Amino acid sequence: MIVVDNVSKYYGEHCAVDDLSFSIREGECVGFLGLNGAGKSTTLRLLSCLLLPTSGRITVRGIDVVDNPHEIRRFVGYLPERPPVYSDMTVAEYLDFTGRLRGLSARDSEKRASEVSDACNLGKVAQAVIGTLSHGFQQRVGIAQAIIHKPALLILDEPIQGLDPVQIVDMRKLIANLRGEHTILLSTHILSEIEQTCDRILMLHKGRIAAEGTEAELLTRYGAAKGLELEVRGSQDAITQALAAVPEVSDVKITVDDRGIAHVQLRVSEAAHESVSRVLVHAGLGLLSMRPLATGLEGVFVSLSRGQGAPVAPSSPATAATTDASGSPATGSTEDTTS
Amino acid sequence: MSHVWLIARRELGAYLRTPSGYLIASATLLVSGLLFNTRAVGQGEKLSSQVLQDFLRDASGTTTVAAVLIAMRLFAEERQSGTSTLLFTSPIRESQIVLGKFLSAFVVLTLLTLLSLYLPALIFVNGKVSVGHIAGGYLGLLLLGAATLSLGVLGAVLGRNQLVAGVLSALFITVLFLSWPLSTVVEGNLGELIAYFSLYEKHFFPFMRGLVQLSDVTYYVSIVYLALLAATRALQSQRWQ
Repeated sequence: MIVVDNVSKYYGEHCAVDDLSFSIREGECVGFLGLNGAGKSTTLRLLSCLLLPTSGRITVRGIDVVDNPHEIRRFVGYLPERPPVYSDMTVAEYLDFTGRLRGLSARDSEKRASEVSDACNLGKVAQAVIGTLSHGFQQRVGIAQAIIHKPALLILDEPIQGLDPVQIVDMRKLIANLRGEHTILLSTHILSEIEQTCDRILMLHKGRIAAEGTEAELLTRYGAAKGLELEVRGSQDAITQALAAVPEVSDVKITVDDRGIAHVQLRVSEAAHESVSRVLVHAGLGLLSMRPLATGLEGVFVSLSRGQGAPVAPSSPATAATTDASGSPATGSTEDTTS
Repeated sequence: MSHVWLIARRELGAYLRTPSGYLIASATLLVSGLLFNTRAVGQGEKLSSQVLQDFLRDASGTTTVAAVLIAMRLFAEERQSGTSTLLFTSPIRESQIVLGKFLSAFVVLTLLTLLSLYLPALIFVNGKVSVGHIAGGYLGLLLLGAATLSLGVLGAVLGRNQLVAGVLSALFITVLFLSWPLSTVVEGNLGELIAYFSLYEKHFFPFMRGLVQLSDVTYYVSIVYLALLAATRALQSQRWQ
């Protein structure tokens, strides 16, 4: 349905999307994952014909976005990060307006406005002025406008941003109900959302695709990390020496912060966790904290976001020492493990 | 055309639902009334037709200011609230968006202008002017309003916020306004050419005297066409930015 071929997008000198290529099949639900500024929103704006690419080619159902954006917009529904709602209109007025804007007749627009109100649980607030509604309801109104014309392609940019936990569950149900009816592209930096909602994941980093595949494929390809993150008071040499006493330990990475605290990442089986703590304490080092290394999709995401090929590679038992801090992840327990 | 009207209707609704429309209308009518009292009828005895001409000259100024104020919010507000995304991802053309916005603003400006009709009607209390003179003058006001409004729409497309939009609109209008004094110091054909672009003296003053000339109508319609065309092109080009 969508073919993106070597597409770049520059905002002045800044490259937001860098030589991006991917394709999406009809009926798929694809998640765009990446840190803030990874290029997710720009990619979705390009696909919705809101922006045009600086170079490269994008076709949606064989139609080029530069040649005929008008035609593509007929079958695209788009929810931007901020729901595009007129705060002075009532929900019913707004949905009728958006239906007419997408080319529905007055009768069809009214009918569809009622249907999408029901689908998005907006019936109770149909006559409320949008500006008086909570963010969660405004987000629903945003989704309702995006699906009012039954678009073949539905693009949702951060649909759960700013929602409370109950609203997130509701929104997840709503998106799940839309699957099958539309090809869905969804962007988020919240991992659990992607894991639960999407068939396939595109991980973006600095405007490029860092990884692509199903959750299972990504885990197989990059491996689910099993390891520990430690905070230790002591010298790098003493830590390295102490850890050498545990044969299960491999891929040790140490960074030392301004306070002289060593942040240690290492690969080790769960069975040997106790041995690690024991050898460090016996060596007279101060073990300040100890927690499992991010695993699963989160581990893949964090590693790729840091520009590494994969989370702690399961290869040589070589010990590495580094003082480089390489970005901070937006999610997960691994935040601030290096400084 | 239905999309143009759809956008125009939505904009008209926004003018009615928010205080800005009422504020602009009341301020314009108040200033028009004050100017009529102090300048048109408050400066000794005059011929009725002269009173009407003075009123129309002042009204051309208030109409221009009102046009800029009405136009400056047209795109900036949508950008700030994020609703421009809705318009630009819908299957409508940029020209329809520009026309719809212009149409709504022109309806508001027309209503505003017509509401001031009671002022020239007051001339009939102590004098007499021809209805044709009033009609010609008001046609001129509406054409001038449409032209300044279209320049305001262009400023609104180019400006990132309401302030910049207003400043740009004022700049475009000032350039056309200054072409008359400039033409008086430039001799020959070039001077005549510069004078042709004068928004007021060259093309509005005949309307003030009750003269409706095709050349003046053509001038204002051309300004509207060119400004809206430029606004449409500017809007299209923003997709590349």
